[in-house]
Amino acid sequence: MLATLIRLLGDFDLAEEARQEAFAAAVEQWPLQGTPSNPRAWLISTGRNRMVDRIRRDIVFRTKIADRQFGSVLDDSAVEEGFDDETIFGDDRLRLIFTCCHPALNTEAQVALTLREVCGLPTQAVARAFLVNEETMAQRLVRAKKKIRDAGIPYETPAAAVLDERIEGVLAVIYGVFTEGYAATAGDDLIDVELCGEAIRLGRLLDALLPNNAGVIGLLALMLLHDARRRSRVSDTGDVILLDDQDRSRWDAAEIAEGLLLVDRALSMRGGLSPYAVQAAIAALHARASDRGATDWPQIVGLYEVLLRLQPTPVIELNHAVAVSMVDGSARALALVDSLAARGGVTQYHLLHAARARFLQQLGRLEEARDAYQTALNMTALEPERRLLAARIAGLYRDSCEASGGA
Amino acid sequence: MNYLLLIYSSEAEEAALDESALKKIVGEYTEFTKSIVQAGQFKAGDRLKPVSTASTVRVRNGKTAVTDGPFAETREQLGGYYLVEAKNLDEATAIAARIPGARYGSIEVRPIWSMS
Repeated sequence: MLATLIRLLGDFDLAEEARQEAFAAAVEQWPLQGTPSNPRAWLISTGRNRMVDRIRRDIVFRTKIADRQFGSVLDDSAVEEGFDDETIFGDDRLRLIFTCCHPALNTEAQVALTLREVCGLPTQAVARAFLVNEETMAQRLVRAKKKIRDAGIPYETPAAAVLDERIEGVLAVIYGVFTEGYAATAGDDLIDVELCGEAIRLGRLLDALLPNNAGVIGLLALMLLHDARRRSRVSDTGDVILLDDQDRSRWDAAEIAEGLLLVDRALSMRGGLSPYAVQAAIAALHARASDRGATDWPQIVGLYEVLLRLQPTPVIELNHAVAVSMVDGSARALALVDSLAARGGVTQYHLLHAARARFLQQLGRLEEARDAYQTALNMTALEPERRLLAARIAGLYRDSCEASGGA
Repeated sequence: MNYLLLIYSSEAEEAALDESALKKIVGEYTEFTKSIVQAGQFKAGDRLKPVSTASTVRVRNGKTAVTDGPFAETREQLGGYYLVEAKNLDEATAIAARIPGARYGSIEVRPIWSMS
């Protein structure tokens, strides 16, 4: 409903007020007049008309919203009767998603706007998700909406020529929301289940509105396969449990089943291989394995190599090295990670140092492993991860004590 | 809506181009300008003389100071502009993307206050 009101009124804030007015009117009138046969159409129509009336008649209100441009908003003939068409609602929702994820907005603004306007999360929840206070998040949203108005960002689905690029942008926002929920960057909790749920919901919505898109399906598969593991990733005391040690019986079988089906679909679709689909394929191999030993590591290494050709990022290089360690051993993996670190530009990534530390530990180079774990620990603000890294360091000392025969 | 498209590029890089490359770019600009005139989008546009010809004026406390050079030293310099009429930002950025300078420089797209 909000999406359609935004299209009719050409403005986010006006649409929200219109919706509130519509609900207020419904609360007053429906008990007396009975519920209309098409409640949604009634609400949209009422909300829109009330706002247009205010714009026309209320000079004070007009002054308050002086920077908006009204154009066709006040044109009653432009409004179609009978909001019965699901296609129109679908189109409006798609428009809303593309507008919130417009590349002329910075990434933070895109994410905030999507969570607020598309997912309908209250500002406070969005603020909490990104660990800023409510006022800061409110300001971020105000600035984003102002940019949309002032720069003339259109409330439209992108033209065919740029649609693929713009879809990539939307997928990046959805994935950003998911990864933030999946492994928060700071604070006391590793997982924000709500954000992951929102991201998956967004993925499903996008799939419903833009069916048969390999990137969308690949992303949805990836999120489901990761999310399936959530109950096994954190202990009762809030500590991190790594993939190797997870209790696979706590993995969500339904999500895995759905994820596996979607991966197969995405990989078999024409139109180029989507990096999300390849990542999902890797997640699928983990999901299919009954335990660590049964995991098809050589195939995972192969998939990472495909992924590296599509998306040569440091994070993926690092994950590739970890997979290589399972097939070719720690020395080879360490060499890959050292080469990555030497190329520069990725030193602030704590997982790189944690991976180095792990390989060094496996090679018996405990002093260097300790230094690397410490470096990693100094770089992360996430409590559960800090505890894990500290435990690793303590474990090292235990190892070296035993090795030297001490008590 | 009207938008000002500000064309920034590195004068140093351009100076290093040979004659035929320069001629090619000039030709591309001519073609581009023709096309947006025909599309009814062109309102104005000019190539600016190099930044070495710039002077900056500031009036403070009633005193006028004129200094040599642009308002700030930047890695890319303003070399030209187009004033275009476009339906919305997407149309404006599509026009900007076709400006020859977009391939090696940066085009800033600024909406213009409508005085209505």
